[in-house]
Amino acid sequence: MIVIEGATKRYGEATVVDDVSMAVESGSMTVVVGQSGSGKSTLLRMINRLVEPSSGRVTIDGVDVSTVPGPQLRRGIGYVIQGHGLFPHRTVAQNIATVPRLLGWPRDKTRARVEELLALLQLDPKQFASKYPHELSGGEQQRVGVARALAAGPKILLMDEPFGALDPIIRLKAQDDLKALQRRLGATVLLVTHDMDEAFRLGDRIAVLNEGRLQQCGTPAELLLRPATPYVQQLVGSSDRSYRLLALTTAAEAVEAGPAEGLPGIDGGATLREALAEIVWRDAPALAVLAEDGKPLGRLSLQAILARGRPQ
Amino acid sequence: MTGALALRLAALALLLAFLFDPAAFAPVFAPLAQHGAPAIYSQASLLDLTVSHLRIVALATAASAVLAITLGILVTRRAGAEFLPLSRAIVNIGQTFPPVAVLAVAAPLVGFGEAPTFIALFVYGLLPIFENTLSGLQQVSPAVMEAARGAGMGPWRRLWEVELPLASPQIFEGVRLSTVIAIGTATIGSTVAAKGLGEVIIAGLLSDNTAFVAQGGLVVGVMAVLIYDAMGAAERLLLRRLGVLAD
Repeated sequence: MIVIEGATKRYGEATVVDDVSMAVESGSMTVVVGQSGSGKSTLLRMINRLVEPSSGRVTIDGVDVSTVPGPQLRRGIGYVIQGHGLFPHRTVAQNIATVPRLLGWPRDKTRARVEELLALLQLDPKQFASKYPHELSGGEQQRVGVARALAAGPKILLMDEPFGALDPIIRLKAQDDLKALQRRLGATVLLVTHDMDEAFRLGDRIAVLNEGRLQQCGTPAELLLRPATPYVQQLVGSSDRSYRLLALTTAAEAVEAGPAEGLPGIDGGATLREALAEIVWRDAPALAVLAEDGKPLGRLSLQAILARGRPQ
Repeated sequence: MTGALALRLAALALLLAFLFDPAAFAPVFAPLAQHGAPAIYSQASLLDLTVSHLRIVALATAASAVLAITLGILVTRRAGAEFLPLSRAIVNIGQTFPPVAVLAVAAPLVGFGEAPTFIALFVYGLLPIFENTLSGLQQVSPAVMEAARGAGMGPWRRLWEVELPLASPQIFEGVRLSTVIAIGTATIGSTVAAKGLGEVIIAGLLSDNTAFVAQGGLVVGVMAVLIYDAMGAAERLLLRRLGVLAD
């Protein structure tokens, strides 16, 4: 668990991060949202000591990070930045092997790990290991950046606008892949973005930062239903907050008992937002919710969906 | 490419042939020598002069490179940033002083011979290497540096494994430039009695013998071109090994 207590960073007169306290649960994904200049990157960089707080402290599993030498601390924390920052003079394999090499892993172990990571990120080791970064597409570079951050098996991954340089179509896929990867590895991820949609897609919890101050840190539903400040309210938006709320629940979670014969089917893992779109499109009164094996779990009516799209 | 290479090999062969057996080329230079003057300089072995010439160029440029690259690295560190204007000023002064003036000042201080020539070439060679080192280091992408720090590389590792390899194309370019400038400039060393090809040219000027001037000038010129190209090829080889240059 990462605990940030009263973290403050001043540069001369300017206070970039102002008395921020929050906690990030182990194995969860927390997204810090804010505009540029909100101090979100600075906050993130305090965790791996790329920035030293002016006051306050950060602990990881109870250990104050200021007691660990910076380079040693950073070798144990994955770090992914916007525009990936791959070493242009190193091959993909050498890039990924950066931290294992710093840690002095044996060559065989490093090589095996590199192949494992390439496969994990859906990059064919035979094809990609010996390529140079400039030979890769933006999406591939981004994945290599993630692989490099994961190389030594860190429990914590810090990501600073990791998808900022990707075009929108690849970005959605990259977000889904990251979420799946995080679940699979059980890693603690702290991700910084200015994109509220990205925050809602990815975050188990979302922290909103404005002008260096933490506005609210809570689950996506909490932000939508009980915004703590007018700034949060404005940020989550009133025009599509119902849709955002619907997107937080899956069809399987909202399923009702009852006959489902003859109704259009929907996958249990689909969100209620997708279910609503399906109902509108098919002009059906309800949907049959299907398990992964195709068996019906029950039904999902329009009323049930709509009821979930407003405060209860 | 092969045509250019063949041309350079031919030039090299001709140069070596001339240096090892200058007398064989007497008919070529004879038309330039007047009043029955000798066509080929024979006061000293041309080969010896060439070797001395190159030796002082190599020593001076190596010394310039060590100081200029070290300075370039120091002033791009956070702690050394405030010395950037000072270093730049010093190095610029070195380039502003004509080497002849440096010789004139240095000779009375350190005596005649190779020492003042070395000083003049050394001072004159600093600027191209310093400026290229500086711009090479400064253009390393901030994202790459951030990633290197974020991965837990210390300052030395970042310098050695990331900054210097990525800046090396420009640093090499600066060294190459300084070398070629020094090959030409070293000829004036002969005015303070340093052994070198300038001796041939000056002898030609003093005795009004165009043949001497031509052979001295040609040897220096051809050597400068060949060394410039050879260093370029060596550079590409090295950069490929560093991964900085794509195949």
